[in-house]
Amino acid sequence: MISDITLGQFFPGYSTLHKLDPRTKLILSVAFIVAVFFANSPVSFLGLLIGVLVLVKLSRISFSVVFKGIKPIIIILIFTALINVFLTDGAGEPLVDFWIIEIYTEGIVRAVFMALRVIILIIGTSILLTYTTSPIALTDGIESLLSPLKKIGVPVHTFAMMMSIALRFIPTLVEETEKIMNAQKSRGADFTSGGLIKRARALIPILIPLFVSSFKRAEELATAMECRCYRGDKNRTKLVKLEYKSRDYIWFCAVALFVTAIILLATLPYSIGYSGRLLEIIFYKI
Amino acid sequence: MNEYIIKTEGLGFTYSDGESDSLVREEIPALSDINLSVKRGEYLAVLGHNGSGKSTLAKLLNLILVPTVGKIYIDGVDVTAEDFDEDGVFDVRRKVGMVFQNPDNQLVATVVEEDVAFGPENLGLPREEIRRRVNSSLSMVGMQDYMRHAPHKLSGGQKQRVAIAGIIAMRPEVIIFDESTAMLDPMGRAEVISIMERLNREEGITVINITHYMEEAARAERVVVINDGRLTLDGIPREVFSEVELLHKIGLEAPQGTELVHRLRLAGINIEGSSLTEQECAEALINYLSGNRK
Repeated sequence: MISDITLGQFFPGYSTLHKLDPRTKLILSVAFIVAVFFANSPVSFLGLLIGVLVLVKLSRISFSVVFKGIKPIIIILIFTALINVFLTDGAGEPLVDFWIIEIYTEGIVRAVFMALRVIILIIGTSILLTYTTSPIALTDGIESLLSPLKKIGVPVHTFAMMMSIALRFIPTLVEETEKIMNAQKSRGADFTSGGLIKRARALIPILIPLFVSSFKRAEELATAMECRCYRGDKNRTKLVKLEYKSRDYIWFCAVALFVTAIILLATLPYSIGYSGRLLEIIFYKI
Repeated sequence: MNEYIIKTEGLGFTYSDGESDSLVREEIPALSDINLSVKRGEYLAVLGHNGSGKSTLAKLLNLILVPTVGKIYIDGVDVTAEDFDEDGVFDVRRKVGMVFQNPDNQLVATVVEEDVAFGPENLGLPREEIRRRVNSSLSMVGMQDYMRHAPHKLSGGQKQRVAIAGIIAMRPEVIIFDESTAMLDPMGRAEVISIMERLNREEGITVINITHYMEEAARAERVVVINDGRLTLDGIPREVFSEVELLHKIGLEAPQGTELVHRLRLAGINIEGSSLTEQECAEALINYLSGNRK
């Protein structure tokens, strides 16, 4: 039942995207996010859409899975879109002017762009990161990218270790939760009926034993780690070392081109050849 | 090379308040006056019921706990000396590996091979060497086919085998099994015991099996019984388990065969010969019965 949960929705596979170095994917995601926030014209959004579709295709993950990923945020999307539609003032005549409702063309354009932006953002980053990168690879990537911060005393290794241990123990704790639930059920506990408050209360007898045993686990694990000579990242080597391959460099170039193209597309319609405008937009964005 | 890989002199340990495993907050020593010498390559079982202090002993030998009195020598080095530093502790833990009771709580990584690599990684070995050790350790415990598996999908016995591989990969001289079979089903137990014995026999690793299963202890070369924090019996299984009365008094039982023969003797049936294993017990009974018939 609950043990089916996969954290971060990783879909194992062997596509080009799966094979990329996690660091590459992290950097590319950031670049992609920048591009998404620059986009502000129909042409640039079209470019982004094509880019995202190419990513989905390359990941060999089916479109239906990808769209399911957006489902949970549809309500928020509609809500923000409506706010944009109703609250944006336009320069010209309102399209609709009824009672206190005034709708301008600018409002609709803005709502559509906003929704597109969020959808593209979510699909793009989840394809690049969560769907095609195992959580552990992601942790390794983050540790490696952030390792320069070690010099100024940020405990990067400790954080990465904490994250990977958390990931390791999720299935174990889920299993344990199930056991405790069954134990409580067999003594007559009821988790499925009653209102929200009653159900929340029914969870207390599950959470308390779960917490107690987690602390015990944590202590035992710490002892076991010490017994295996763990002492942080002091003089520590790694079995799997992250290495950029030619594939990664190709992707870097491709995405760099893509992002530049999007930024150009976003700025061109304002006035071709007027580069001062570009700077103005950059400052505006910041 | 020192003949004794582990040697303790007057070793004692008292849990200070708040650290105690028991609910009673009195300062009762968990261990006192333990003099134990373990030879290189020995196969030793430590017996005792719950709360006897046997796990405390394991933690002391690995320097997870620091003794309150007495001395511990690991490979001839006094690890209780004042000037013994962190690097020394690191060295001791490399030499003395430990496998715990709950396999879930000693696996660190989400992939079997990465978990086995954890120890060697901490030792700072080069990558090729880590790879070699991971492969050889996993095949030593018969888990080479599960290299890329997630630990939580394995059975208890398999998890414990992975945990053992993780220790073997550090190439220790001693492995302490701290009730490592207590949470396993009979099949898992048999697997772990056979690995333990193979490591002792074929790799020459000193094995200390801390257990409360008499049948397991009876297989060792030497048995040490701990009761109330004191070393009560020390000898070959045959000797130790002949002290059935004493074992009973401290809440332990002899292996089933020994127990049976002992009770028959008490009932006035004079069975001769030893009965440490089921086989011996059966033979002793047959001998007695056929002798009677004549």
